[in-house]
Amino acid sequence: MNRIILALWAALLAAFALAHPVHSQGGPLSITITEGVIEPIPFAIPAFTVETGGAEGMAAQVAQVVAADLTGTGLFREIPASAFINPSLPFGTQPTFTDWTAINAQALISGAVAVSGNNLTVKFRLYDVFSGAELGEGLQFAGTVQGWRRMGHKVADAVYARITGEGGYFDSRVVFVSESGPKDARAKRLAIMDYDGANVQFLTQSGLLFAPRFSPDGSRVLYTSYESGVPAIYLLDVASVSQSRIPTEAGEMTFSPRFSPDGTRVIYSLTNGGNTDIFLAGLGGGATRLTSAPSIETAPSFSPDGSRIVFESDRSGTQQLYVMGAGGGEPTRISFGDGRYSTPVWSPRGDLIAFTKQGGGRFYIGVMRPDGSEERLLTSSFLDEGPTWAPNGRVLMFTRETQGASGAPAVYSVDVSGRNLRQVPTGGMASDPSWGPLLP
Amino acid sequence: MTRWMVAALLVASVSLGACTRPDRFGGAGAGAGGVGGAGGLGGAGSLGGAGLPGVGTGALPGSAGDPASPAYFSQAVGDRVFFAVDQSTLSGPAIQTLDGQAQWLLTNASYLAVIEGHADEQGTREYNVALGARRANAVREYLISRGVPADRLRTISYGKERPVAVCSDEGCYSQNRRAVTVISAAGLS
Repeated sequence: MNRIILALWAALLAAFALAHPVHSQGGPLSITITEGVIEPIPFAIPAFTVETGGAEGMAAQVAQVVAADLTGTGLFREIPASAFINPSLPFGTQPTFTDWTAINAQALISGAVAVSGNNLTVKFRLYDVFSGAELGEGLQFAGTVQGWRRMGHKVADAVYARITGEGGYFDSRVVFVSESGPKDARAKRLAIMDYDGANVQFLTQSGLLFAPRFSPDGSRVLYTSYESGVPAIYLLDVASVSQSRIPTEAGEMTFSPRFSPDGTRVIYSLTNGGNTDIFLAGLGGGATRLTSAPSIETAPSFSPDGSRIVFESDRSGTQQLYVMGAGGGEPTRISFGDGRYSTPVWSPRGDLIAFTKQGGGRFYIGVMRPDGSEERLLTSSFLDEGPTWAPNGRVLMFTRETQGASGAPAVYSVDVSGRNLRQVPTGGMASDPSWGPLLP
Repeated sequence: MTRWMVAALLVASVSLGACTRPDRFGGAGAGAGGVGGAGGLGGAGSLGGAGLPGVGTGALPGSAGDPASPAYFSQAVGDRVFFAVDQSTLSGPAIQTLDGQAQWLLTNASYLAVIEGHADEQGTREYNVALGARRANAVREYLISRGVPADRLRTISYGKERPVAVCSDEGCYSQNRRAVTVISAAGLS
């Protein structure tokens, strides 16, 4: 294992306070990092080699996406080109590592771009400067010119994965609710964007709807809409934008849906009379009741292996988190701190449950172990709610709404360490993000 | 005392029972309706009738002055009740309002009602939908207990999606924690 991997591993371990053992190889792991404070790894990304005439602009844009992805994690810092000793690094030639150690670059990203008609090819190599060696093998991505941002994300995901040992998350999309109009008459429509806020597209007309949830493969979206006059769950196909309503009986309201990990079933809340319980159904109907308490049971979320379900209930008097088997049965309460806990969502890695917490007039996004231990609050504001996990389980997005008559919602992201809080640029009011999978 | 003041006092007394709050019709609308509403009750006619023609004769059918109108229901009877934080229990004033609603619905049997449950913004979206449903159901159950046929009463919850007051303090929250009884003609629902 080389030096920058070890350094970043140490940083991640300190930041996440993980308990599992590291295969120690001595010295470099002794780097001391205060929890929550990481010195970002400096990287250099010299201008990508232009392999076909006229591709200069594309080469620069793709490299900018790579740099923005890495910098945006807070784990990396870009060294400006003005500091480079020799700014030229023709793709495939061996770097002069002393030129890069001199400016303290630890990672060096070399790339090449070719455009032929509508086809775009991006190649890259990653070097560990202080080891003087290539880190992993060179890779080539082929796609369309229109998909140029994805190519940049693919390169950045590979760099991130090789250095951190974690899966990437840049080549992914987020479905969310785009909002407009005054606070007492909001118009809401489903929208989809790249993880970084680029390429916003609308999926529905304006109406009253909320809380979209991606299917595990990112091809479909479940959401709740008042289109029929009562809140009901709809299924939308992202590619065709066709939608269908999940059947319900008269007098029922359904909401808060999520897919099962295999994408074949939906778990959701159903209200009949004043009582709300949790049900499981196939996408065509056929519901099974999983809870039957006179209290409010809502916001269910499967564990990634499909064996358990975490949900919120106010059976104790206030909202708290409970875990039960996938077939229902007696649940176990897992939240015991001060305040109210809601909207639990299981990490795709299975190691943590993210939630909304409310107390003392403020809202928090936090995480805890599935047994309720090691609770940590990551954010705090007038109104934070509804966390969603990045595909690698290391970053969360959520809704933050500001206070008062002109209060407005926006989508934010934060590391699971609590660092690197950022607003995602959605181009207008936005809420209820659901982070989709890493794209193939 | 002018007849306007008499009318206003009568409206005020009606409103006490109805627990009216600023609502979607706005202050101006409520005042105008109140004058007609007082006349409609008949009380204003006798009080203000000492040689002063015209009082209590202004109500057009379907207007707020017509006791059989949905506008009268929402403004004179009172179309909404309010709840404490995170509660769906009916308060004393709420029960008074609902008694008036039940009576109106029994008198005007051709109308249906949809009871909308709402919550303030101090809660998560899903929970507030469930809480709004609890509030709407509490109102529906009470109206049924006062004799209104169950098949004339539907419920819906809007959670925190449709506030009537938009500030972020208790003055607004207390108006948003509500259940609103919306009247519709039988053929229209």
